[in-house]
Amino acid sequence: MLTLLFDGIAYGMLLFVLAVGLAVTLGLMNFINLAHGAFAMAGGYITVLAMSRLGMPFLLCLPLAFIGTALLGALLEPTLYRRMYARPHLDQVLFSIGLVFMAVTGVDYLVGSMQQNIQLPAWLKGRFDFEWVGIGKYRSFIIVVCGVLTVALQWVLATTRFGSQLRASVDDPRVASGLGLNVNRIFLLTFAVGSGLAGLGGALGAEVLGPDPTFPLKFMIYFLIVVSVGGTTTLTGPLLAALLLGIADVAGKYYVPKLGAFIVYTLMIVILLIRPQGLFARAGGGK
Amino acid sequence: MTAVAQSLRAHAAWRWWELALIAALPVSWLLLPSHALLFNEIAILALFALSLDLILGYAGVVSLGHAAFFGIGSYAAALFAKLVMPDPLVGMVVAVATSAAFGALCSVLILRGTDLTRLMVTLGVASILYELANKLDWLTGGADGLQGVVIGPLPGQFEFDLAGRTAYAYTLAVLIACLLLVRKLVHSPFGYSLQALRDNRLRAGSIGLSVNTRLVVVYTVASAIAGAAGALLAQTSGFASLDVFEFHRSAEVLLVLVIGGTGYLYGGIFGAIVFKLLHDLISAWTPQYWNFWFGLFLVVLMLVGREKLMKPWAWFGAKR
Repeated sequence: MLTLLFDGIAYGMLLFVLAVGLAVTLGLMNFINLAHGAFAMAGGYITVLAMSRLGMPFLLCLPLAFIGTALLGALLEPTLYRRMYARPHLDQVLFSIGLVFMAVTGVDYLVGSMQQNIQLPAWLKGRFDFEWVGIGKYRSFIIVVCGVLTVALQWVLATTRFGSQLRASVDDPRVASGLGLNVNRIFLLTFAVGSGLAGLGGALGAEVLGPDPTFPLKFMIYFLIVVSVGGTTTLTGPLLAALLLGIADVAGKYYVPKLGAFIVYTLMIVILLIRPQGLFARAGGGK
Repeated sequence: MTAVAQSLRAHAAWRWWELALIAALPVSWLLLPSHALLFNEIAILALFALSLDLILGYAGVVSLGHAAFFGIGSYAAALFAKLVMPDPLVGMVVAVATSAAFGALCSVLILRGTDLTRLMVTLGVASILYELANKLDWLTGGADGLQGVVIGPLPGQFEFDLAGRTAYAYTLAVLIACLLLVRKLVHSPFGYSLQALRDNRLRAGSIGLSVNTRLVVVYTVASAIAGAAGALLAQTSGFASLDVFEFHRSAEVLLVLVIGGTGYLYGGIFGAIVFKLLHDLISAWTPQYWNFWFGLFLVVLMLVGREKLMKPWAWFGAKR
């Protein structure tokens, strides 16, 4: 029971790191980016390939995945994404679906459609056994890393100069640029970091989720659930939503395997029916 | 007659090319019998796109899960034929009624919230149905699809043949019937009020339109038509499988509609023709990686701007 809860929390934390970049682009820049999962997949594949083909240690792969996907994001933002910010949502959705399909087939072509697995270093395998609960070492590692990231993100957004610049640019890009902020550069940086975080999440999750080419499609709905249920005005909203989702998913699959993902989807629809702006949105704060 | 009534009537008047288009559909049946199977697929896709156009183009409701209703119609028709009776027409009525009822039920979900909420909810509904069809394998055959569906002959003893001529004629009849119905609908006061609430929901509400009722009605009609398209697919192929619920199908129909143009009655038909021909062309060339080109096409299309594609004559000269 507690093990289950713990696994759920680890899964939820992982989902949060995967989805937080989406929360930023969606909530702050008001862009529906369905292709977010593609960045996560890129991170996962960077890890898998770097470990299996180049023999790099796992810990080194994590920052590599972050930097790699952040660069990818930084490349795509000014070339493709920036033109789409002002478009209607339908265009954004179709655009990013297109990107997803390209990424899925591209990876299929380059790496093959097999699910990839990685070998964790020995010190992350196995579990701590307490009297009444067994806790997987790797799961605890995920929780620690994701927890640190969450705190760091919150700190950056709330207290640093860059955080306030970002919030200003989001509230009103025109006024912000009138005040001398380079809005494009801020969005670029934010997008890159968001993509990088997705990549990092993909890398961390490579062992649990096992990247395969359909990853962006399979998890697209999960990311969107986290963001839409959590609301996009705060970081704590998506965090709580991700934890809820993680626990519900793990518990649901354990207790009623027949229903599987059914529970999660139903939960989401019910929540959105009652609170269309998300569970934790501030009143009137929706876009 | 007032000027307003006149201009409205002018909008609703039949144009020569509309008549020509509708006349061209049966002609294609007569002239190109060897392509009936492909044309059948095109016509089903066109019908499906037509139903999406009704909610997206006219009422402005974005949906990522329109395949839900397509799938409901498909499974309803297939199950009805397998378990109750093989008559296709009764099966069609049952399938349409089922998907309409389901659409009415789901329409509550799209009334509130933002575009994002609607995208999520429609996507969620389609995913739930996919899971259900997958898990209820005693009823639906699960991942193997529903096999052993035998569809009886149409009235007048027209059996569904392998070349698909009967099937295509049947599909065409349904398509034209739905097209006429939708045309009537969008040129009625109801249709104009839909466009009003698409453009500005708040304003439409404040001039006294009951926005929610209208959305419920149009969503129900659209799901009924999508169900009809699904039923056609199941009946003409004698098979229903999980892929009718897949996300891919919802995305595909969006693309079809965008190619043909939204909020424009015949967009679905043109889009379906272009899309299927492109699909056939590209998948003959690179069958496994067709999706890549599909994606690339979407990305480029969006970067260029779909408005330019809605008026193809601005780009390619007079196309029609």
